[in-house]
Amino acid sequence: MAESTSLQKKRSGYKIRVEPRLDVPPAWYPLLVSLGAIVFALFLGGILISFAGGDPIRSYQHIAKASFGDIGVLSDTIVKATPILLVALACSVAFRMKLWNIGAEGQFIMGAFGASAIVLAPVLSEETPRWLYLTVMALAGMGMGAIWGFIPGYLKAKLNVNEIISTLMLNYIAVAWVNFWIFGVWSEGGFQMSPKFPNVAWLPRLAEYAKEIPIFRGLTTHAGLLIGIVAAIILWLIVYRSRWGYEIRLIGDNAQAAKYAGINITSNIIYVMMLSGALAGLGGMSEVSGVVHRLQTAPIAAGYGFTGIIVAWLAKLNPLVIVVVSVLFGALILAGREIQPSGVPKMIQGIILVSLIASDFLLRYRVRIVRADAEE
Amino acid sequence: MTQTIPPTPDAPFAVEMRGIVKRFPGVLANDHVDFELRAGEIHALLGENGAGKSTLMNVLAGLYRQEAGIIKVKGKPVEFHSPRDAIKSGIGMIHQHFMLVPSQTVTENVLLGLDDPRFFMRLPEYDAKVAAVGERFGLKVDPRAKIWQLSVGEQQRVELLKMLYRGANVLIMDEPTAVLAPTEIEGLFDILRSMVAQGKSVIFISHKLQEVTAIADRVSVLRRGVATATSVPSRGATRQELARLMVGRDVVFALEKKPGNPGKIVLEVKDIHADNDKGLPALRGFSLNVRAGEIVGVAGVAGNGQSELSQVIASMRKCKQGQVILNSESLTNHNTLFGIQHGMAYVPEDRNHVGSAPNLSVTDNVIMKKYRQPPISHAGMLDMSAAEKLARELKQAYDIIVPNVSTPVRLLSGGNLQRVILAREISGLPNFMVAVQPTRGLDVGAIEGVHRLLMAQRESGAGVLLISEELEELLSLSDRVYVIYEGKSMGEVKVGGVEPDESLIETIGLMMTGTPLDQIQKEGVGANG
Ligand SMILES: Nc1ncnc2c1ncn2[C@@H]1O[C@H](COP(=O)(O)OP(=O)(O)OP(=O)(O)O)[C@@H](O)[C@H]1O
Ligand SMILES: [Mg+2]
Repeated sequence: MAESTSLQKKRSGYKIRVEPRLDVPPAWYPLLVSLGAIVFALFLGGILISFAGGDPIRSYQHIAKASFGDIGVLSDTIVKATPILLVALACSVAFRMKLWNIGAEGQFIMGAFGASAIVLAPVLSEETPRWLYLTVMALAGMGMGAIWGFIPGYLKAKLNVNEIISTLMLNYIAVAWVNFWIFGVWSEGGFQMSPKFPNVAWLPRLAEYAKEIPIFRGLTTHAGLLIGIVAAIILWLIVYRSRWGYEIRLIGDNAQAAKYAGINITSNIIYVMMLSGALAGLGGMSEVSGVVHRLQTAPIAAGYGFTGIIVAWLAKLNPLVIVVVSVLFGALILAGREIQPSGVPKMIQGIILVSLIASDFLLRYRVRIVRADAEE
Repeated sequence: MTQTIPPTPDAPFAVEMRGIVKRFPGVLANDHVDFELRAGEIHALLGENGAGKSTLMNVLAGLYRQEAGIIKVKGKPVEFHSPRDAIKSGIGMIHQHFMLVPSQTVTENVLLGLDDPRFFMRLPEYDAKVAAVGERFGLKVDPRAKIWQLSVGEQQRVELLKMLYRGANVLIMDEPTAVLAPTEIEGLFDILRSMVAQGKSVIFISHKLQEVTAIADRVSVLRRGVATATSVPSRGATRQELARLMVGRDVVFALEKKPGNPGKIVLEVKDIHADNDKGLPALRGFSLNVRAGEIVGVAGVAGNGQSELSQVIASMRKCKQGQVILNSESLTNHNTLFGIQHGMAYVPEDRNHVGSAPNLSVTDNVIMKKYRQPPISHAGMLDMSAAEKLARELKQAYDIIVPNVSTPVRLLSGGNLQRVILAREISGLPNFMVAVQPTRGLDVGAIEGVHRLLMAQRESGAGVLLISEELEELLSLSDRVYVIYEGKSMGEVKVGGVEPDESLIETIGLMMTGTPLDQIQKEGVGANG
């Protein structure tokens, strides 16, 4: 038939063909592809840097130094990674159930608000023991985040409201809500921020232990990292080793089969959205209590909620992998801030991201180069 | 019986495969397999579940690449890197799961992926072309119809049309009849005959031996990746002989049915009404009951409400009116869990979309109904080693062929997936079980196995509701058979011995086309004694 010949018009040269991959690639293959993507991105970035008149090798050395160079910047990298870690965990559990929660940003902000309210209302006196004070703050942050997850979860479960839209909208409401409190009620002398928290509301930092361990002098890494790692381990146990996690995985893979197994999908939608919100809210608490030490919109509504989405995907929703990927992203963000002109790391960050996401394609397809005339 | 005119025994080879080897992690799916297809023949490929039939055909269709061996098309060696290469050599495969876009028309689906037309669809022109190809081979489909409007049989014709339009000379059909109703199967056979009459060749995979003897000219058999018979003439071959080639032992077709000992009623369905997915009434006042220790069949032409009936019983579908009572407890519109906890097992019709979670492991799939209790779970946590132990035991007991229990079930052959589901359901020691088409896609040996399992359920005192389109299966297993027609019961007949008498079959046939039993008895048309 006529249409089969039209493919063979080109008689010389090479052709690239893309075919769906049917065999399962070996376990090391995805790792190799990801590494390859990063190398490729750095290479591409290098070309762009030299076009801009820079020396790519020196620029990269500089970036590496600025994020991992010494213990001080490493500590800063980790400080940046901490909120991303918690938010990415939040996204991962929702995504696992195919709930597209893009409202981690808002849940994070509400978590920060909830934790701050304990200090600013004030709910507890400053005489309270620090561990108790911080625990209550963490619970308040998780609670507010969970409420911010419950709303879209409930709407989705009961009224089938699209969670992408509702979580997105709730992000704006969260920002407006916090602005209302810091402009009006808790404003410090008319500035758009709350007063600084007392020390009892600060998550412990490494620097506090500098007297005993001198190397910790000036290090801002705070207990939020520990919270994040523990949360990652617990989440891993929930997803892969608990009854509830089994239900989440089953619903995520095949909702019909889950229903068939007698699992209540409606209530799981609500619970998982609440868990997701609580994790993001915990991230918000960790940020106000560990870094910002006051309630203020700009530093907490810094887009961690969106970075978390990407991190969760790149880590293939595995909580333990998220820990590693978050640190890499922390480094990229830090490099972006430390280096002048800041455009370069930002750009490289973008290239790495796009390469990593695009490399996923290689896991699903294989590319072959064929001689065009060898077709017949 | 219309037997095809056998092609001349020495017609040239359309396809030769020599020494094909294909390995998957942990399985040797094809072990130096030879296969040959002559021009103008219908060639059946038989084999147990997991024997490697689909794999061999996927190699021929360019989906998999063999590790060793050569393929020759019309005597010339070829190398396929993709289905595109294969279709260029005139080889097209129709998979069991259709690959059509539901929202597009027949013509659009046929043209999908072709370079012609290039920019503008110019549909009317191509509608005519597509219709012309259909005409030639007796494939009746409206080129302008949207796929979702078509029945399964019609969709299959679109798949055929797609391949014929691309100029395929060799058509591979992987279990084409598994999804068809008996009348549609006859239609398909007519099409296949008209295709070979025009010089095309067909490879036909099936587990139904009577189909093979009815349509195929020659048969090849695979057993555990090895060809045990190549191109034997199927004329004159008996089912027993074919079965022995496949399984390597004699297969019992007729089971010994011990006299039943029905106990109290375990399931009662009273006057239920329910809608189908399109919102149209599918069940209109259907009633039945099942006693402990008996198998009750539901016969009917596909699409008369059988699926909806099973779903209502399993609480997967809302029941608008009426009642479902299990062990004197009402299940009506409870959630599915309630039924599970009261000892109901359910083998659903759609094993890929309902009965299993494709990307989860065999272990995760077998604990679907047991993960709530010890030994699988303690205090909310899963004991993965206990789960794996269970999975390994079931793999052993039910002869599930899979390298290890952490393999995702999407990689299992159709028959093995069905065994996973049956293993899970039966091992729950149910007191009542609904099984919908439990042997669809299973090989003869496995069918025998499933029949034994169902019989064992009956003997152990469980009630079984068997919904099937295979009348023979229903009659050989059931104690009683209800006939469903347009969502209503046409009556209930008792099935005596294993050998069903002609008048009984005739009666059921009439009931399946909408004549109620009382009317048949009144008018005395082939009334059963
Ligand atoms: N993509 C794959 N990855 C790993 N194993 C596979 C894959 N495809 C098939 N297998 C294995 O290869 C063997 C042969 O499978 P195949 O699908 O060819 O069987 P089949 O003869 O078509 O069986 P059925 O009648 O049940 O469809 C099985 O053990 C199956 O589990
Ligand atoms: Mg198969």
